Amino acid sequence: MSDALKIIQDPTLTYRQELVALAHLGESTDDTLRYSDAYYEAKKKGALCDLNEGVMPFRPRYICPDYELLFKKGCAFLELDPPKDLLEAVNVLEIFYCHVPSITTYPVYLGDLDKLLEPFVLREDRAYAKKVLRLFLRNIDKVQTDSFVHADIGPEDTVTGRLLLELTEEMQLAVPNITLRYDPERTSDDFALACVKCMLKTAKPSFANHRMFAKEWGEDYAIASCYNGLKIAGGGYTLPRLRLYECSLDAKDPDDFIARELPRHIDLQLEYMDKRVKFIVEESSFFKTNFLVTEGFVKQENFTGMFGVVGLAECCNHLLGITDNKKGFGMNEQATKLGLRIMDAIEKRVSEHVAPYCDAFDHRYRLHAQVGIDTDGMDDSPGTRIPIGAEPTMLEQLEVNEQFHPYFPTGTGDIFKFEETYIKTPEAVLPIIKGSLARGLRYFSGYLENNDVVRVTGYLVKKSEIEKLRQKKQSLNQVTVFGMGAQDGGHALDRRVQHHEESARQ
Amino acid sequence: MRKAPVNKIISFSNVDGPGNRTSIFFQGCPFNCRFCHNPETINLCENCGLCVDKCPARALSRDGDGRVRWDPSLCVQCDSCIRVCPHDASPRVRYMTVEEVLHEIRRAAPYIGGITVSGGECTLQNDFLLELFPLVRQMGKTCLLDSNGSFDFEKDPRILAVSDGVMLDVKAVSPAWHEHLIGAKRDTVLKNLDYLLSVGKLQEVRTVILPGRDEENEVTVRYVAGRIGSACGYKIIRYRPFGVREKYQKELGEFTVEEEYAERYAALARSLGASQAYVV
Ligand code: SF4
Ligand code: SF4
Repeated sequence: MSDALKIIQDPTLTYRQELVALAHLGESTDDTLRYSDAYYEAKKKGALCDLNEGVMPFRPRYICPDYELLFKKGCAFLELDPPKDLLEAVNVLEIFYCHVPSITTYPVYLGDLDKLLEPFVLREDRAYAKKVLRLFLRNIDKVQTDSFVHADIGPEDTVTGRLLLELTEEMQLAVPNITLRYDPERTSDDFALACVKCMLKTAKPSFANHRMFAKEWGEDYAIASCYNGLKIAGGGYTLPRLRLYECSLDAKDPDDFIARELPRHIDLQLEYMDKRVKFIVEESSFFKTNFLVTEGFVKQENFTGMFGVVGLAECCNHLLGITDNKKGFGMNEQATKLGLRIMDAIEKRVSEHVAPYCDAFDHRYRLHAQVGIDTDGMDDSPGTRIPIGAEPTMLEQLEVNEQFHPYFPTGTGDIFKFEETYIKTPEAVLPIIKGSLARGLRYFSGYLENNDVVRVTGYLVKKSEIEKLRQKKQSLNQVTVFGMGAQDGGHALDRRVQHHEESARQ
Repeated sequence: MRKAPVNKIISFSNVDGPGNRTSIFFQGCPFNCRFCHNPETINLCENCGLCVDKCPARALSRDGDGRVRWDPSLCVQCDSCIRVCPHDASPRVRYMTVEEVLHEIRRAAPYIGGITVSGGECTLQNDFLLELFPLVRQMGKTCLLDSNGSFDFEKDPRILAVSDGVMLDVKAVSPAWHEHLIGAKRDTVLKNLDYLLSVGKLQEVRTVILPGRDEENEVTVRYVAGRIGSACGYKIIRYRPFGVREKYQKELGEFTVEEEYAERYAALARSLGASQAYVV
């Protein structure tokens, strides 16, 4: 059976999912972009992974349009005037979203929704504004059907932010993903607590370390897709990843790895990135003719390449001959120190490389702790995470994370699963988040043990939707299938629960 | 160096006082409550050695002096030892110095609002706490006592002076029922209730609601609610059989008290003025 026929006959794919799969298949028939033999060899071995980005990049992977500009001057191509009231504002956004490309074909950044909509919301009465926002969220959930669709709120408390939280709780939707940009001086405890409550009930928002991101990117950064830091009016060209465990297989020992195998693989990934970036900018039409570019909603110089890594834990454990994850990276001083050495080496080499078309970033790519894909199984844990099943206590896990998060301006994060009683004690969660962000954690996600909407490795899915796929029914959200794979192969939903080991005294 | 027997330290707890707290559980308790859910914390180990052979991980051994030793690095937390112990004790107790306990608190400090000492009965370790608490408070963290009320706080006010509050158990009020259930008299507990209220150090009162004991439950809840009013929280705890010794499970109940049943008592407490009564 041909691949095309397989797609067309798959009962679990919606029409749009079929279309995307068929387009991908078509793209794969071209071989214009060629890499060195060594690259293909490393890819075949599984040491390099292109995340199935497609062989012919016809748009950057992630695009973060300047929505403020859209509201200021409208869009000529789409014949949209600047909105004058709330209804027009959400209508303009809903239309515009449908024309923002990305690797998933859905927009990965919806804007700082609270800031964008607040002036319009304040002019309406609360009940009416809430109704309009409800329909807006419903539109997003049913039209932008992909969990990598991401909206940002904060750092300040706003009426719009509050309404979005209320609606998120009431509607229990997997789309969009939401991040609170948390700044201890600008985000009130009261608003942060409202976010914690919403997170416990719906697995969102996550908390981004605003100070850390703002220092690296400036205030105008976006959190897009699962947890990617990028520049607004810019984005990310490409995101390939080193699978560090496989990279380490031919190394004799840690020193040999750092001296020989690691730099070799880094250079191969850089070769891949350089070629792709040049192709997107020089060959594909996106930066020449797309209205997003010609009307200034994105600027080519605000894009960068994202240098991804996964499997640091397994790499360290392998190099040290540790077979039991529970005694390895994250639990074992020596393995964790090796992890830091490896990250230092990666950071150094990548920052020495002059990257094409990354003008706003001193001509450099930026590191990314990739969140894993469903086919990684148990070989490579996401980014620098401690393997599922080997997590120490939450305190120890945070201490390890805090050391690794600063390496990754284009994103990293960890997920914490809370036991049921935490729903009644959100004020016990907030100090954990505040403390860890103050100590260098970049991104904190949490969810409650028994929720339907859960966070898999970075994105959200509904457990009930995974169940649909198992019964060979369609799921509107194109990410549900990844959730199923990650649950089966990576046990991604079995992470350790932070619970009260001792119940209230009796 | 002063040392105290520590059964365990939980770095993050959401059920031992407000916010996120580090909970320190000391070994040893002067009460012997029939519904105790961690009876292995009641007594200190007598070194009878019965548990040593029952450990599947060889984490237990006897040293030269015949004392039973526990190696945490080998322990797999199977609980076999505490199940076989005939003395309501545990071999998994560390005698820790103030500095050692402080070290654990310092690690958790960026993420917590304070600490709660529990047990067993924390006030058996007052001398230790008199050294520990001032150092913890210097870190800007609060110190709460989770107490069964057996220690007369008025008689020796030193510990209260360095504490931010007490979470007090009032397990029963009718004298006979208290003696039966707890194995001790109720008088000091009730005296403490009034005293702590009068000096503004009562953080919270807790009462366990037992299945089917309508009369005893009601007497206790009425009494406490009438005393505390809206001055502090009143936690109505549903009896749960987990961890309770088998013979007492048989007597008291093998099932968790229904939320609805416990809610009746919370409503009763609220109607009597204890506005902060809630069920867990
Ligand atoms: S819990 Fe007790 S019996 Fe089990 S391994 Fe640990 S010390 Fe041994
Ligand atoms: S813990 Fe219990 S069984 Fe073990 S030696 Fe001590 S008293 Fe004996």
